[in-house]
Amino acid sequence: MADKNIEGSFHLTGGDFTNAGAASSELKSIMTKLNISPHLARRAAIATFEAEMNVIIHAVAGVMYYMITPDCIKVVLNDMGPGIPDIQQAMREGYSTAPDWIREMGWGAGMGLPNMKKNSDEFRIDSVVGEGTTVEIIIKIKEDKTP
Amino acid sequence: MTLGKVMEVLEGEVALNTGDMETEILSVCSSDLMSDLLHFSSKPKSLLITGLNNTQVVRTAEIADIKAVVFVLDKRPDRETVEMARQKGITLIVTRLSRFTACGRLYAEGLVSCTGENR
Amino acid sequence: MNIREVMDSLSSDVKTTKGDLGHAVTGCYISDLLSDVMANAKEGEVWITLQTHPNIVAVASLKNLSGIIITNKRTPEEETLKKAEDEHITVAVSPLTTFEAGGLLYKLLRC
Repeated sequence: MADKNIEGSFHLTGGDFTNAGAASSELKSIMTKLNISPHLARRAAIATFEAEMNVIIHAVAGVMYYMITPDCIKVVLNDMGPGIPDIQQAMREGYSTAPDWIREMGWGAGMGLPNMKKNSDEFRIDSVVGEGTTVEIIIKIKEDKTP
Repeated sequence: MTLGKVMEVLEGEVALNTGDMETEILSVCSSDLMSDLLHFSSKPKSLLITGLNNTQVVRTAEIADIKAVVFVLDKRPDRETVEMARQKGITLIVTRLSRFTACGRLYAEGLVSCTGENR
Repeated sequence: MNIREVMDSLSSDVKTTKGDLGHAVTGCYISDLLSDVMANAKEGEVWITLQTHPNIVAVASLKNLSGIIITNKRTPEEETLKKAEDEHITVAVSPLTTFEAGGLLYKLLRC
């Protein structure tokens, strides 16, 4: 598999809580099959899962695109949704625009974006109010020395 | 302590047995908020105690590498949740105890918290 | 045991001034879901949660809970503390995790 890039994409539907997380779960399986270290796969899965949930909770629809190279795992999520007016504010732990019914489902505590950033080696976010948001998550695959 | 012993201490009932009652459990997470399970770097061999019983719990448990989930106050997981847990190999237990009592008893048995800031 | 003693034993930082710190604690309820607390928490219980938004105050007030302890050192929103002062609800923040706070308090309330 040495020089091959593995890539693919998933479609996400806003409000589809039944399948929420399925894409991230699938990506985690793919990483495991590629023998990526569990520690890195976990970080990637967490960041991706949070990003996926944001699309499901806030947007109308989105696409998750992933690319795994020998050097890194890259996931880009592009959504059609309300967008984020103040990204800095949104990145603050605890800041949330989720309605109450989302909180009752166990989400909406305002930890999603901080969780994404925390688990990424590189994290970019862009948004246009009224159009949507794009997040880019990159996790570098180093020589893994964990036993 | 083993998952089997946890079951005993919590007077639990198995909702889904993935055949690993001998699994060693070292730590416990207690939360109804999914992002919190993902926020902290959790320790291995963790158990989750929660009052939230939807499929999201199993999804999140899978991403967070949690091997077993205990639902409190007799909140039984629905069929969809059980099926997802079966696919992911996550054991589901139901107890009539409250989250407070469940945490209390396991804490008294010497289990530690699986998450925490600055650990 | 009163709410002040509970707060102290969980190394909590009390964030409000108008709550009744002498309020007797009859027990403890742990949940992050408002509907759950509304349905199951009992009067006088201290509520341990990770939620930091203003609605927690309304729930604590309605159910006549003795106070709210927010765990994992989470910061309650400004609006939450403001409402807590208005409603005379004690809100504190503990550095312990929910499991630890619950575990410790269980031991304390039993003896």
